[in-house]
Amino acid sequence: MLSPRPSPLFEVPGQRARRRHSLYTMLTAAAALLVGVLVLVRLSGAGQFTAALWEPFTYEGVQRRILTGVVDTLTAFALAAVLSLLLGLLLAGGTLARHRPVRVTATTVVAFLRAVPVLILVFTLYNLTALRLLLDRTGTTLSGHLGDAGTWAAVHVTDVTLWALVLGVALHNGAVQADILRSGIRAVPRGQVEAAHALGMSRTQTAWSVVLPQAVRAMLPSIVAQLAVTLKDTSLGFIIMYEELLYVGKLLAQNIATPRGYPYLPVLFVVGLLYVAMCLAISALARRLARRSTRAPNVSRDPEESRR
Amino acid sequence: MHVLLDNADLFLEGFAGSVRLTVASTLLALLLGVALAACRVSPVPLLRALSATAVRLLCSTPLTVLFFGVTLGLPVLGLTSLGYFSLAVLTLGAYSGAFLCEALRSGVNTVDTSQAEAGRGLGLSPVQVAWLIVLPQAARTALSPARSIIVTLAKNSALAGGFSVPELFGAEKALLERGYAVGVVFLWVTLAYLLLIALISGVFLVVERRLAVPC
Repeated sequence: MLSPRPSPLFEVPGQRARRRHSLYTMLTAAAALLVGVLVLVRLSGAGQFTAALWEPFTYEGVQRRILTGVVDTLTAFALAAVLSLLLGLLLAGGTLARHRPVRVTATTVVAFLRAVPVLILVFTLYNLTALRLLLDRTGTTLSGHLGDAGTWAAVHVTDVTLWALVLGVALHNGAVQADILRSGIRAVPRGQVEAAHALGMSRTQTAWSVVLPQAVRAMLPSIVAQLAVTLKDTSLGFIIMYEELLYVGKLLAQNIATPRGYPYLPVLFVVGLLYVAMCLAISALARRLARRSTRAPNVSRDPEESRR
Repeated sequence: MHVLLDNADLFLEGFAGSVRLTVASTLLALLLGVALAACRVSPVPLLRALSATAVRLLCSTPLTVLFFGVTLGLPVLGLTSLGYFSLAVLTLGAYSGAFLCEALRSGVNTVDTSQAEAGRGLGLSPVQVAWLIVLPQAARTALSPARSIIVTLAKNSALAGGFSVPELFGAEKALLERGYAVGVVFLWVTLAYLLLIALISGVFLVVERRLAVPC
């Protein structure tokens, strides 16, 4: 272990405590092993390890299908991430605005968006006639003006399920990002703003080139961690039948009849593994950013103010 | 207004379903969160590692995937008698329990080392130190992240509606099938969730007052 005292709960163990701990370790190992073996036995008893159920993953068609699922998940994620960050910026600016009506509106919008479940947002947008009409009209315009390329774009870009998912996820996560950004902005010492004003910078200039860079830098770990949540939220596309990874998995499992039944669990295992891998990659980035920001000497901070 | 009044039974059933799901899952999440956090700060390295792995896995699996894992996996493992409600509670409880564990652990980290030392100095056993001295103080700091975890849990419970549990999302789907306007239904369902969240915040306010250090 890295640190001899991972918690304030106990002393560095002496000889007797160490013997007792190794006994606990053995008991834990035995229990974990027992549970693991039990699960494996049950699974193999249900025939989940037969080659027939796992063989489909070697087919090129299945592999390509899973890959398109990953790509569609990442597409929705990328769009939702960019939109949520923009919205977050906008709403954070709104909640800190000088004009009272703007401030009140932005605060209400943030509170409202944070209170609605993402699933309800996504499902409502999916059933919203206005969104469908808008996408339909965009599609007609595209194919009318751009010919074949436009038709391709009309099919791929004006998918209701994609935009309902992206907008729903982006609206909710944007509100969360706004709160993160706002607390970051609040944490920037007042002296920074005063100094910028003393240098003759306007309010906008101060916000963009003095406050925001410091706020974003301080909150970068939280912002990236929220992006991992955004990625997880895209799996809700399953409910409105957007063809993301989870939905693709369900379709695959339904359509592969093996002598041992449908490979629901193997497919779910693979899909889950892919999700966990993507999420862990983002969280690892967040942790690395957090470590970097705590290690770097913070020359910009006024010692008087940081002590507060 | 008539959307609400004409379908009062549907709304009430949906709201009651969401409340039941939230309460049951919260209890499970609390149990699991404390247990995982206890393992996480225990002196036994293997327990710490197991708990850390479980928490990290649960936190980085999308809830939808976890729902499928539980509803498809548990019957194969032999637990065939569980209904949709129990499966949903297990899923939501496990997912939120992992997040609660993280909140509690960071709460434990804020407790001053000298507190545990003083406890040991008074001759308390390690379990007594953990239960009587560290946990109450850790819970106080963990309270505000815990509230947002429970609020998220209440919102996440909407997903159970996609898995045949009657609650508010199910009510929304049923109302849309009956041909009501999306916007109106959305507003009423949102209002119901706001009410649910207000209830949770109210409970936390009472607990916060109880746990507050009298000055």
